[in-house]
Parts: sequence; C-alpha cells; structure tokens
Amino acid sequence: MLDALTIAAEETVNPLLPAWYDIVYSIIPFLLVLLVFWKVVLPRMQKTLDERSAKIEGGIKQAETAQAEAKAALEEYNKLLAEARAEASKIREQARVDGGAILAELKEQANAEAARITATAQQQIEAERQAALVSLRAEVGSLALDLASGVIGESLADDKRATAMVDRFLADLESSEKAAK
Amino acid sequence: MLFEGTPFELNRIMILRLVVVALLILVFWLGTRKMQLVPGRFQGAVEMGLDLVRVNIAEDLLGKKDGRRFLPLLTTIFFLVLFMNLTGIIPGINIAGTSVIGLPLVLAIASYIAFIYAGLRKHPGAFLRNALFPPGVPWPLYIIVTPIEFVSMFILRPITLTLRLLMNMVVGHLLLVLFFSASAFFMTDLGGGWILAGVGTQVFGIAFTFFEILVAVLQAYVFTLLTAVYLQLALAEEH
Repeated sequence: MLDALTIAAEETVNPLLPAWYDIVYSIIPFLLVLLVFWKVVLPRMQKTLDERSAKIEGGIKQAETAQAEAKAALEEYNKLLAEARAEASKIREQARVDGGAILAELKEQANAEAARITATAQQQIEAERQAALVSLRAEVGSLALDLASGVIGESLADDKRATAMVDRFLADLESSEKAAK
Repeated sequence: MLFEGTPFELNRIMILRLVVVALLILVFWLGTRKMQLVPGRFQGAVEMGLDLVRVNIAEDLLGKKDGRRFLPLLTTIFFLVLFMNLTGIIPGINIAGTSVIGLPLVLAIASYIAFIYAGLRKHPGAFLRNALFPPGVPWPLYIIVTPIEFVSMFILRPITLTLRLLMNMVVGHLLLVLFFSASAFFMTDLGGGWILAGVGTQVFGIAFTFFEILVAVLQAYVFTLLTAVYLQLALAEEH
C-alpha cells in the first residue's frame, strides 16, 4: 500500500477513478464466481436440500404406509384367529357329538352283549339244572331204594310199586318246591 | 507487471484477485462435489456458509420464490467480497482485493442492474413511476420528493455501496500499515526508550488485525444485505 501511495503520489492517480485493468479483473472474477455458484454450487446445494426434505417426507410416508400395513396385517390375523377359533369350536362340538354317539352305541352294544351273555348263562344254568335234576332224580330214586332195600332186607329194585312211589314222592317234592318259589 | 499498459495489466492486487477467485471456486467446488444427506465437517461448513446467505438474507428478505431467483447473485456478492476482504489480514498478502475501486464498483453496478431489472420485470411501467412519484403523496410535494427519490435510488445507492466497502478496506489497510510501520520505525530506527512505544503500536496493530476480520465479514454481509433490501423494495407491491 505504501508502494501504491507513492505511485499515486507520483502519478497523481485518483483512487476513485478505476483503471481499465482494474475493471477487467473485477468483472472476470465476478462472472467466474457467479457462473460457478449459479450453475454448479447452488444447484448441487438445492438438490441436496430437496433430497433431504424428500427423504424426511418419504420417511414419514413410509412410516404411515408401514403402519397401515401393520394394521391390515393385524386385522387379517385377528380375522384368521377368529376363524380358527370358530373352526376349532365347531370341531370340538362335532367331536363331542360324535363321542356321545359312539359312547351310546358302545353302551348299547355292551348292554346287548351283557343281555346275551346273561341269557346264555341262564339257559345254560337251566339246562344244567334240568340235567342235574334228571340225574338227581335217578340217583335219589336208586339211593332211596337201596336204602329201603337195606332197611327191609330185600331188593326192591325190581318192584314196580316202589319205583312208582319214589316218582310220586319226587313229583310232590318238585311241586312243593315250585309252590315255595 | 504482465501485459503492462494494456487493459489486462496484472499487478499484485490483480494477481491476488485471480488467486482468490481460484481458491473460492475450489473450496465451493470441492465442498459440494459429493453432497451427502448427512454432511461431513467440510460439507457442513460450506453448507453453513451457503445457508447464511440463503436463509438469513435471501429467504428472509425476498421470500422463498424471489429469494431463490436472486440467490446466485447474492451468494456471489457475499463470498466474493468476503474472500477478497480477508486477504487484507493474511500475512504476506496484507492487501484486500476490494481495496481498489474496480471490484466494489463492479459489484455495486451488478446490484444496481439487478434491482432495476427486478423492478421493471415485476412492475413494467409502474416501477419507475412508483419509484419517482410515490403514490399517496400530495402532488405539490413531488417537487421535493421526486428529486430526492431519484438521487437516493439511482445515484446514491451504487455510490454508497461502492464507497462503503472500498473505504472500509482502504482505511483498515492504512491503519495496519501505520501501526506496523510505526512499530518498525520505533524499534529499529529509533531504539532505546522508543522500543516501548513500538511494543504499544505493535499490540494495537495486532488488535486491529482481529478487528479487520470482523470488518471483512461485516462488510460482506452489509453489501449483500443492502443488495437484498434494494431488490425487496423493487419487488414490493407498493413503493
């Protein structure tokens, strides 16, 4: 600046009157910087700002979409759950009904079986009783005759009267037994 | 000096201007080369600088739409003035690129053209009439008002813009030169008790160097802000 002052003093240059080169080297920097800011720097900056706000808005929108999706999924899930529950209860009901039917059938079968077994047993008992009765009758008759033969000392085995008496006695016994029943 | 005597004569200050322009372009080119949504430190700093002009000056005064339209001009003015001012306190350079009248003048003319263009574009026909004959003023007052408006709007605005910046830089430079050459004079040429005075002037010189940083930023801000204000007045519905 001292140099500039001495130059100014020597050449009496007015510092308020610009030299041509001064103007030239002011316009060139101005235009260069203007161009760079206008065409390069500020568009880049604007792009970033736009991207940033788009990102934020996009984020909000995305969150909303995700929430809606989650809600839909939840509803779907609840619906499926309800359906599954209804299905399960239906199946359970069916099973109960089926089970009851099966049980009743089994019970019936068992009852029938039991009745059959009882009937068979009774028949068998009756048959055996009859058999026993027949054999007893024969046995008792011969025993009584043996005993009586022993008592009177002679054989009554061939006596028709004795046999008839025994038969009558037994028939009486039987009838009295029946009456007692 | 290169090209001496031609309009492309390159002296120290002109070379300095070209270097500063290269630096300025480099910084912003690199700073915005790979823009990340989440900025790193360098990108963050560059964005902060751009946002200062975009938000605090352009959008604040001109609104979103017009702010964006004139943003390139405002950003250019701000950073060009700022970078050119700051060379005034960089050791080894010690002279502001704006301390010669050419650059302040060119920027003031750019600002002048911009606001007249903005006004004519927005209110074709009505701009000049509204500017020179403000509506709502009784007509006899136009005898006083119209010359005042004309002088303040079309003559004083560019001149004040130019001189404010130029003189701030020149005076700052002269102050620093004065302090530091006084220190050198006291300490080496006089010596003895004068060394104490030299220390004093040195301290003042350093203090004013810091002050010059403030002035550099402030003048860049003021120049840009006034340009935005002129644009706003030209674009306003009523004058």
